[in-house]
Amino acid sequence: MNAPLNPAASGAAAPREEGAAARRLSFILVFAPFALWIALVILVPQLNLFFLSLREKVGPQVYALGPRNYTELFGESVYVLTLVRTVVMSLLATFATLIIGFPIAYYIAKIARGRARTMLFMSCLLPFWVSELVRVFGWMLILRETGLLSRLLQGLGLVDGPVELLYNDVAVMVGLIYTSMLFMVVPLVSTLDSLDDALVEAGYDLGGNGFVVLWEIVIPHAKPGIVAGAIIVFMLNLGNYLTPTLLGGKNSQWFTAQIYSQFITRFNWESGSAFGFVLLVTSSLIVWLALRASGQTLSGTIGKG
Amino acid sequence: MLPSIPAPRLVTFAYRAYVALFFVYLAVPLIVVAVFAFNDSLYPSLPWKGFTLDWFFGASAPKIGLFHDRAILRGLVNSLLVAFATTAASVLVGTTTAFLFERYDFRFKGVCYMLMLAPLVIPGVILGISILAFSSQIANAADDAFGLELNALRPGLLLVALGQFSFIATIATLVISSRLRKFDRSLEEAALNLGASPFMAIVTVTLPYLAPALIGSALVAFLMSFENFNTTLMLVGSDAPLTITMFDRMKQGSTPVLNAVSVFLMLGSALLGLVSVMAQRGGKGTAE
Repeated sequence: MNAPLNPAASGAAAPREEGAAARRLSFILVFAPFALWIALVILVPQLNLFFLSLREKVGPQVYALGPRNYTELFGESVYVLTLVRTVVMSLLATFATLIIGFPIAYYIAKIARGRARTMLFMSCLLPFWVSELVRVFGWMLILRETGLLSRLLQGLGLVDGPVELLYNDVAVMVGLIYTSMLFMVVPLVSTLDSLDDALVEAGYDLGGNGFVVLWEIVIPHAKPGIVAGAIIVFMLNLGNYLTPTLLGGKNSQWFTAQIYSQFITRFNWESGSAFGFVLLVTSSLIVWLALRASGQTLSGTIGKG
Repeated sequence: MLPSIPAPRLVTFAYRAYVALFFVYLAVPLIVVAVFAFNDSLYPSLPWKGFTLDWFFGASAPKIGLFHDRAILRGLVNSLLVAFATTAASVLVGTTTAFLFERYDFRFKGVCYMLMLAPLVIPGVILGISILAFSSQIANAADDAFGLELNALRPGLLLVALGQFSFIATIATLVISSRLRKFDRSLEEAALNLGASPFMAIVTVTLPYLAPALIGSALVAFLMSFENFNTTLMLVGSDAPLTITMFDRMKQGSTPVLNAVSVFLMLGSALLGLVSVMAQRGGKGTAE
């Protein structure tokens, strides 16, 4: 072994202690930014929000702790209906995204080869480099009363006058599916990619038809990707504000719009915090149930980088 | 279904048609937005009235182009400011946090890792309101107790950057971690044996190896910040970033200047995409 140039590396007990001290110092240096980040912008604000949601206004500048903000939310059928509607539509949109995206992911992972494969995958990613605002704007130009689709239908003689295709649930669904497609396709491609072709061939050799092979071999293998994609897409849908507001207009009744109006328009922070917390708990609960039902973990699906 | 397994020709054809249709569906809204940026009409809709560049360069009403629209330009500058700040903070904290989770074992590491992932699970709107409420309460308390006016903690660009940083840092951490995990540590040990201090070893050996991931995460962070809407909406003050300015116009219904801005953004994103592909090719690694 060559003589070490670094005197610290050649010594015995004392430098080793120095090394331990240096290691502790470096640990503190990399831990501090993480701790500050999580504590100051995530943990403390969230706890504060929870505390705020439990605060009741008793008089001017006088507050007491209590569940009134929550009882008011659940006592008002409009709010409950909005929540249920948001959850149901988010789930439907997630399911539709999966159904539409799965064949595409399968095509990219298993059927396309070489350059075509890269091209297809890239063009799948491309629209998502553009702001969600621009994508939604595109759908507005297509669906609105003076928009392209309305013109097209008139031109084909299918309708007599301009038709308003914007500001309804279907428009919101179309927008949600479009907006979150990437987050479904990418995890699906990466799990389907690892499926050995021989397994699929064996399925056929053993006499299975296309559906049996799909159901017994392909889908079980793709399950982690399906769960990861579905969770991300569901959360994006549930927390979306832009798409439901612009494509659904006043009829969209999305829960995030309620949070916005409580917080920003009415300046009722106590009640707005309660709304925010209900959304957070609903979202976490559904994600937890999905993970539980499919036997996956959060860090295994989202945190794999 | 596989290329190696014969399938009925009709099925193969239908499948291909579906894939083609899907890509048309992906492209059409963007093409529509882009095309109407060049329509010589006051509205971004049919009929086509001829080609014009007025929505980019027009200087006189009613056709004020993007480069003469004060509000839009101001939004653009604000967005750039926020994006630079957010990117710098996210990549810096993302790097140290990647080292924290890849290189150290400590008590409650599992809990800390879950906390690090948490910002991705919390809806953006809620990240926004929680930071808004927290910082406003601090500002109010400082005002009541000491008569201090902490304007930085009121809704504005700083809070917008902070709100975006809160979850973009997680993404940067994940991207950088995944490359750091593949790093061969014997290279670092070699540097140490050759007399480098641990700090020098990281600066001269590890960080250059991480460069593609650092560039990749910076580009992703920049783009996510620039495009962010949900968190930004809750934290915005009188000085609005571009997405908020565009959103307000969009609700009212606007001239094709919005299309022109969109084309401009598409070109910007394409440029960033090109840079990121080149950065990845340079490092021959995965920097998603």
